[in-house]
Amino acid sequence: MYPITTLHYLVLSVALLLIGTVGVLTRRNIVIILMSIELILNAVNINLVAFSHALHNLGGQIFAIFVITDAVAEAAVGLGILIALFRNKETVQADEIDLLKW
Amino acid sequence: MLIDAISFYIFAFMVLAGGVLTITRRNAVHSAISLIVSLLGVAGLYLLQQAEFLFAVQVMLYVGGIMLLFLFVIMLVNLDQAARERQFNKAWLVGLVAVAGVAAEIGYVLYRGRDTFHVADSLAAVPPPPALGNTEMLADALFSEYLLPFEIASILLLVAVVGSVVMAKKRI
Repeated sequence: MYPITTLHYLVLSVALLLIGTVGVLTRRNIVIILMSIELILNAVNINLVAFSHALHNLGGQIFAIFVITDAVAEAAVGLGILIALFRNKETVQADEIDLLKW
Repeated sequence: MLIDAISFYIFAFMVLAGGVLTITRRNAVHSAISLIVSLLGVAGLYLLQQAEFLFAVQVMLYVGGIMLLFLFVIMLVNLDQAARERQFNKAWLVGLVAVAGVAAEIGYVLYRGRDTFHVADSLAAVPPPPALGNTEMLADALFSEYLLPFEIASILLLVAVVGSVVMAKKRI
């Protein structure tokens, strides 16, 4: 419990990653699926920064910056696709978009 | 220090509670606000680990930028119908079981490897003398050692901007 070690951050990061994965796998609303992906990316960042701090290596923080850049790009494109989808299909439920399903 | 431990548990609670609320709320706006709480908790964790630049980036870019984008889209897209329907898909049980399996695997790995992290922690106990501020050191590394990835990231952002504009156009 005390003092706080790297393991604490890793356990927290795993918990957040699993919460995000549950959101991606079980929710129907695409907006909330995209939010769950943000949770997963944040879990990765906690991990990277924890090791960066523990090993006195700045590489982890640099990598976290690139992960945040990717998250921005992903959110912008994902929400653009969502708007196009809503315009054409009038739905935001992931399991109603089943054109490729047999 | 005790204050560090207390702050860690407060921020960890913010992160996890915000995350759980994000994936369980029916109303997407409530989800977005819970996600903001979670992201602010992550920002606090960065601050606890002396990553001040990432703290600022997290607050400005995530809470200020991405979440604003989400809220805009929530208002743009009519979610009233979706809020009245079923919130979880038919395969939710399969998803939960799969996640439980992954949780067991990762938990086992962390449990078996818990002693190996002490090497890193003993290293953290004696920090080297701080040469420069966090932002300065990050900028040094980003513009020398990591210059090529940095430029590639800017191309990625350009592609994402063009892509999202094309996607959101009236007629594709």
